Amino acid sequence: MTGVGTKNSAAATVAGQRAALLRRPQRPVHLSVVVVFVLFALFVLPPLMSAYYTGYMTLVAIYSIVTLGLGLLVGRVGLYSLGQGAVLQIGAWTAARLLYATGQPFPLVIVEAGLVTMLIGTLIGLPAIRLRGLYLALITLMLAGSITVVLATVNFPNGGGGFTGYNGSLMHIPPIRRPSIAGTDAAYYRYAVVVALLMFILVYLHLRTRPGRSWAAIRQSEPAALAAGISTTFYKLWAWALAAFITGVAGGLLAGDAHYLYSVNFSTQDSIILLAVALMGGVYNLWGAVIAALLMQLLPGVLQNLGVSNAWLYILFGIGVLQVLTTAPAGIADQFPKDMKKLGLLLWRLVRRPSASGASGAPAASGTPATPGAASSSAAPGASGAPSTPGAPGASRGGTT
Amino acid sequence: MIEVENLTVRYGGVTSLDGMNLVFEKGTCGLIGPNGAGKTTFFNVLSGFVRPASGTVRAFGTDLLAMPHYRRARWGVRRTFQTEQAIEELSVYDNVAMMASSLRAGARRADVLAAIEFTGIAASPLTRVGTLGAGQRRLVEVARAVAGKPRLILLDEPAAGLPDEETEHLASVIKSIPEQTGALTILVDHDMSLVSAVCQTTAVLDFGKLIASGPTAAVLRDEHVMRAYLGTAEVL
Repeated sequence: MTGVGTKNSAAATVAGQRAALLRRPQRPVHLSVVVVFVLFALFVLPPLMSAYYTGYMTLVAIYSIVTLGLGLLVGRVGLYSLGQGAVLQIGAWTAARLLYATGQPFPLVIVEAGLVTMLIGTLIGLPAIRLRGLYLALITLMLAGSITVVLATVNFPNGGGGFTGYNGSLMHIPPIRRPSIAGTDAAYYRYAVVVALLMFILVYLHLRTRPGRSWAAIRQSEPAALAAGISTTFYKLWAWALAAFITGVAGGLLAGDAHYLYSVNFSTQDSIILLAVALMGGVYNLWGAVIAALLMQLLPGVLQNLGVSNAWLYILFGIGVLQVLTTAPAGIADQFPKDMKKLGLLLWRLVRRPSASGASGAPAASGTPATPGAASSSAAPGASGAPSTPGAPGASRGGTT
Repeated sequence: MIEVENLTVRYGGVTSLDGMNLVFEKGTCGLIGPNGAGKTTFFNVLSGFVRPASGTVRAFGTDLLAMPHYRRARWGVRRTFQTEQAIEELSVYDNVAMMASSLRAGARRADVLAAIEFTGIAASPLTRVGTLGAGQRRLVEVARAVAGKPRLILLDEPAAGLPDEETEHLASVIKSIPEQTGALTILVDHDMSLVSAVCQTTAVLDFGKLIASGPTAAVLRDEHVMRAYLGTAEVL
């Protein structure tokens, strides 16, 4: 009875399954979380934020696109790029020039910046994706370095006339213009969030359809992908091009946000930090990109506000990457919910225990030794619940004596 | 119908296939032989992973070796792997849908679901493959092989490591592949009961050469085959 049974019933089942697949009611909870998150970022957050934090959060929105692209390359396809900072520079430079030289509307310019970046990125990717792992990372890092040098030598745009113009006087430079609907910082923050959202949707649609399937197949098994007729070179290049496109769009946003671009603001080191935070945030999950951007752009703002030296950040990132490489390969996006679940379970047990021991009367002597044992063992991995844990070992010691 | 003539594959100094000649007409055909006989190498030649030193392969009148490997899937070559290669992070549906196919949206979806149903996978098409057991994963691979319009299906030890009842189910699925798809199916396996249950004709490879071929029952009784497997000719 393995074959298709009677034709009619089989057709009916197929039709039913097909309808179910079309509806795809897969993760209603996730969708509502996303909606709440976006509404919060768009409407609740801006009135609460000072100008100081609005600036940092705009950068978070912009860099979440960059880490999204990097997460796509690393997590979905297995391509390690250390040159995304340079790709961002190309996008920013192109957008800035287009904004000075033409009167095109802002959204059109950032899309054009994305396309130009995609073209350059793909040309670079063509030879680069034949390399894997460490070699690809090294090549892209060298590329990032060379692009930084080139852009610094040809004088990063500062507002001269025309596409290649340069204003050497450093006086009376007109700022890079912003979209007319987003002139203020708060409005520009919202604008950046919306563009970031669109980029996330673009990537999400890719992941849910044929390219996503192909990338998943390539990452796990290139022979299986080849046997299924997937051109591995083409789809790797596609991922590369998509990441370059969205990073270029982010570059356009960055140009509008900064008003003035200086080459000293872009260092090759940024490319390395980008990979570090992307890994910490989690490359297998789209939330990881948001977390990575918060780590990279908001954390320095918070530390500065608290008067803590920025050098601590590098130490923190170093520890974070070590942690990811050794114990939490899927990053914070994966680890945090798990830890919260553990913490919740622990708290729930703590709340429940007093009533259970109260019912048994004696000071926990007759209480089952299994329960405190389990509680203390689960307290060990849940190190994040430090404030609440002291109660657990204490109680279990009381139970055993 | 597949005709293999004088196929030779060398890896450096090792000759893995040594002037192999083989004809399979239709239905499900077995290909057996001791370890290192060249069975997987033969599959790798057919799916384009390995370039032979010499020889020709004609499948249904098409010169298979002239086709680039990524085109072969669209033409109709399917294969499974010795170590199962279902993609863990994708759903059952997506695993089957990744197979290249010339069908368009709606017909394609129906075809994928029909393939899943044909193999009798006891899980929803939306289940993530990473959560499935070994037997179900093997079935996902088989479903991928029968999706689209297969012409030549290569199964490389599909029953390796499966318990008896799952092997039995797999056997009944493999047996009905030719009838379901019209494809010529070649089965490589060490499980002789599976081969004799499923294959009408069987060929035996040893040291890269074909040493016997014909109806399965006759081949399994062949004295050369016994010798190749047991290596006790001198004792007799």
